Amino acid sequence: MMQYLPNIAFAIILAAGVGYFARNIKKLIRNIKLGRDVDASDNKPERWKNMARIALGQSKMVVRPIAGILHIIVYVGFIIINIEVLEIIIDGLFGTHRVGLSVLPESVYGFLIGSFEILAVLVLVAVVVFWLRRNVINLKRFKSLKGWPKNDGNIILYFEVVLMCLFLTMNATDVSFQEMGAGNVVSQFIAPWFGDNAETLHIIERTAWWLHIIGILIFLNYLYFSKHLHILLAFPNTFYGKLTPKGQFNNLEAVTKEVKLMMDPNADPFAAPAEDDNAEEPAKFGASDVMDLNRIQLLNAYTCTECGRCTSECPANQTGKKLSPRKIMMDTRDRLVEVGKNIDANGGEFKDDGKQLLGDYITHEELWACTTCNACVEACPVSIDPLSIIMDMRRYLVMEESAAPMELNNMMTNIENNGAPWPYNQQDRLNWVNE
Amino acid sequence: MSEQLKVPTMAEYMAEGKQPEILFWVGSAGSYDDRAKKITRAFVKLLNNAGVDFAVLGAEESNTGDVAKRAGNEFLFQMQAMMNIEVLNAYEIKRIVTCDPHSFNCIKNEYPSLGGAYDVIHHTQYIKELIDKGRLSVKGDTYKGKRITFHDPCYLGRANSEFDAPRNVLSKSNANLVEMKKSKRFALCCGAGGAQMFKEPEKGDKDVNILRTEQALETTPDIIATGCPYCNTMMTDGIKAKEKEDSIVVLDVAEVIANSL
Repeated sequence: MMQYLPNIAFAIILAAGVGYFARNIKKLIRNIKLGRDVDASDNKPERWKNMARIALGQSKMVVRPIAGILHIIVYVGFIIINIEVLEIIIDGLFGTHRVGLSVLPESVYGFLIGSFEILAVLVLVAVVVFWLRRNVINLKRFKSLKGWPKNDGNIILYFEVVLMCLFLTMNATDVSFQEMGAGNVVSQFIAPWFGDNAETLHIIERTAWWLHIIGILIFLNYLYFSKHLHILLAFPNTFYGKLTPKGQFNNLEAVTKEVKLMMDPNADPFAAPAEDDNAEEPAKFGASDVMDLNRIQLLNAYTCTECGRCTSECPANQTGKKLSPRKIMMDTRDRLVEVGKNIDANGGEFKDDGKQLLGDYITHEELWACTTCNACVEACPVSIDPLSIIMDMRRYLVMEESAAPMELNNMMTNIENNGAPWPYNQQDRLNWVNE
Repeated sequence: MSEQLKVPTMAEYMAEGKQPEILFWVGSAGSYDDRAKKITRAFVKLLNNAGVDFAVLGAEESNTGDVAKRAGNEFLFQMQAMMNIEVLNAYEIKRIVTCDPHSFNCIKNEYPSLGGAYDVIHHTQYIKELIDKGRLSVKGDTYKGKRITFHDPCYLGRANSEFDAPRNVLSKSNANLVEMKKSKRFALCCGAGGAQMFKEPEKGDKDVNILRTEQALETTPDIIATGCPYCNTMMTDGIKAKEKEDSIVVLDVAEVIANSL
């Protein structure tokens, strides 16, 4: 029995790590489903293509070459080195050691581990540069991050350093692996640091092995609380990304119904509303809180990794206005998480907390500074659409609260009265011909 | 104005029982704004020169509702859209050209689901088509060797991925096209979009049109060309603010070609 203790311990740790993660993912899906349903079942082939190109292929990352190439290194390293995790899990559960060697020829196994080791070094280099960009070079789009978002970014980098170092240490102190001499392309140079006492080496190797897998499980569970969720959500998010031209904003169907009724010459303007027990609550126009946004917009919020490319391209932000598309996404997620916690605390039901996304998180001033130019949408490497959230909140301000800036109200009154944003007579539309 | 333009209305075509090749959607700016009216006239000059059978709606045209929609007033937008669609459908319009990228985007992308599906093109695309088909020939060398930088209107470029037509047309003037650092997909907005044209900007340290003008000035241009009446206003204001109006002019693509016939 005693000899199986490590296997049992491993199974318990693995189950706990994966189980807690699954529980949080369920919560995340529940939160996203608080949003309005939205039909995105169209054009599947194009959606798969976008996911392959933008998420898997990182096509938009390299628009900024330095960050893009470094990111691809970390991304490829992350995915490929994780093949090693498969071996670790099998070894852990069945008490084997480097089970890969019993199924693969030594040369193939060596080649695989060798590439992991090289990638691990490349990842370490990239991560160090990332850290310098965030903390020493102080790039503008990172300098503006304070508090948790700033720490979050650094914690992720520290995690990666620790995991890569543990992986290399584990290989360097594995005596039989070093003696084999295949695949230890990097670790052979580290191995001498640990001396040659077999007992000590074994203890270090086991410790690194356990810390490595426990570290990965902790990292997995850290995701839910971090901006780093993008490593998973970038895939569904690019799949559900907008396919229509960027300039095309959706037409609100609830409005269409009312306008058609208004323009129908046969409609009785004094008719009492039909008695109908199933009558829906009158739709709210636009969005004042996260529940009014649609599910893709909420998925967008969880996917945002706060890189700030949107904000650095935003004309309003570049000229010192308060609007920041990144902040719009971060606010949306923060509010969504708050609503989720509220639901958890109140036995599955949301209890009004007197707060909402509009006003308590996002101000009118931010919303009215937007030029709807789509630069933020273009800049996002994972197909997030901050503009659609800004628009939905403007719609709420104008249609539910009549809270547009005065000049815009004048403009709209002109359109209503004489079919132009200026107070000119519609009969004068052709005056230009003879001027 | 000296030149006499031929501008038939749809009502006149209807009375004769004929259909034009294309409807020219003039738009509110093109109808009323003094600077934009010159662009409208320049474009009509091109249409007349190429012998295009076109018509306008005249007093039957109303605002597309685009700016109301961007301001958040979906009601007003849909009212305007449905009114216009009723008129356009009654005349059985198939093809529409406009000098305003906002009208272009709105009619092309946002009218169809409300019952108005047309083939909508921007005037720079139509000018290219006329030149390609040999209906319009650009012979003059008014701008030969001049440095022209093209400012991409957001709703033509980024919003609808049309970057080549205006550049292609401008190159026919034998001018020397120079690109700003931020151009095409990554072009900076002029600052007028999203209904900003009709309100004061929020507090900041600079106006967007000034920043964009500075980017244009980096190319040391003789001419800043645009394809949008609102961009034109913003860039013209920017040039004035930089006191460069004596050495640099802001022109629409249609004006560059109309001056090069």
